Amino acid sequence: MARVTAGVGCSHVPAIGVAMDQGITDQPYWAPVFEGFEASREWMRKADPDVIFLVYNDHCTAFDASCIPTFALGCAPEFHPADEGWGPRPVPVVKNHQKLASHIAQSLILDEFDITIMNEMEVDHGLTVPLSMMYGEHGPDDEWPALVIPLAVNVVQYPAPTGNRCYNLGKAVRRAIESYEEDLDIVIFGTGGMSHQLQYKRAGLINREWDTRFLNRLTSDPVGLSRTPHVEYLREAGSEGVEMVMWHVMRGALDEDVTEVHRHYHVPASNTAVGHIILENSEYRISAE
Amino acid sequence: MKKDYEDIPGTIVFDADRGREGYQLNQFCISLRLQKNRDEFNADEEAYLDRYRMTPEQRQAVRDRDWNGLLALGGNIYYTSKLAANDGINFQNLAGLMTGMGVEAYREMMLNGGRPPEGNRYQYEWDGKGEG
Repeated sequence: MARVTAGVGCSHVPAIGVAMDQGITDQPYWAPVFEGFEASREWMRKADPDVIFLVYNDHCTAFDASCIPTFALGCAPEFHPADEGWGPRPVPVVKNHQKLASHIAQSLILDEFDITIMNEMEVDHGLTVPLSMMYGEHGPDDEWPALVIPLAVNVVQYPAPTGNRCYNLGKAVRRAIESYEEDLDIVIFGTGGMSHQLQYKRAGLINREWDTRFLNRLTSDPVGLSRTPHVEYLREAGSEGVEMVMWHVMRGALDEDVTEVHRHYHVPASNTAVGHIILENSEYRISAE
Repeated sequence: MKKDYEDIPGTIVFDADRGREGYQLNQFCISLRLQKNRDEFNADEEAYLDRYRMTPEQRQAVRDRDWNGLLALGGNIYYTSKLAANDGINFQNLAGLMTGMGVEAYREMMLNGGRPPEGNRYQYEWDGKGEG
């Protein structure tokens, strides 16, 4: 049976990808960002998932304004890194576990989550930056160590799906995974955030206290946290901080009780607070191995 | 309908109303994702802009690179950032321009932990300070 072993929360700041692609991660500005991921890369080697279910958002790259699906599941055989205006990132093509993705699509819809099925899609920094952070450098001719099933969530045009909807979708994703017969270890990623505002006169907003409380409540009060209203994200965590609804999909796919095994928080990366957390399901204590 | 996010200062929430108003503008911006289109735009901006049925105000804001004006006219930052990228302006420098602080002062603010939430949550906190 396929199983969800752990969850990863991770910012996906584009400038982090640029720093890796330009080989400047040891510069004083970037070093503290990457130091917090050294333990994560070691953890990923131990976790060694067969598949990553990766929840992210497209930043008006693969999706233009003509079609705005709230939840879009990647069902194509592979996903090429997109040109976001300065050339595609020099990272591997993302390979799907296509049969599992089709199974999840079917299971979710019968479970009353009416997702959009993507049979062709390019992926932007929202998906590739977390892979780079967690796996380290991999060039375009290389392969990512795991297969990846992308779930793109609309957080660009208000309203994003509610945190509660995302949390319950996570539960449905888990039901789908656990009804798949192949023996697979799956780690689920929720990406984006943390507090940041990229636009207009209030750009640059960072709320360390709010972010810290969010990270704490992922373990202590995930259901209450998932009911955070949108206006609180917008006001307290900045207009782009609403990306954090995607972390609830990850959290919903885990056990009620989880163990936090790693956390990292740093300001700034470009305009953004970088947040990162690793949560393990109790049955699979990866870090204790 | 009253919107509960309209009293957040210095913030334009890109909602369905703005998506409707800004559709042609945003479709123009995203077209600049591709090198071929950037080349055509940079060779003759006016001819390229003729392909999109923007309002005269939107078109003028594109010409002027009026970054805040573009947002007020229905643009979204992930779209307008493609126009900025075409001009060689990255996200952080674009933010510096939109805040009115300038690129250096903005970068310095971010290095010092960013803009604090205190005094920046509600429009009334900005009123009388000559902002908003």
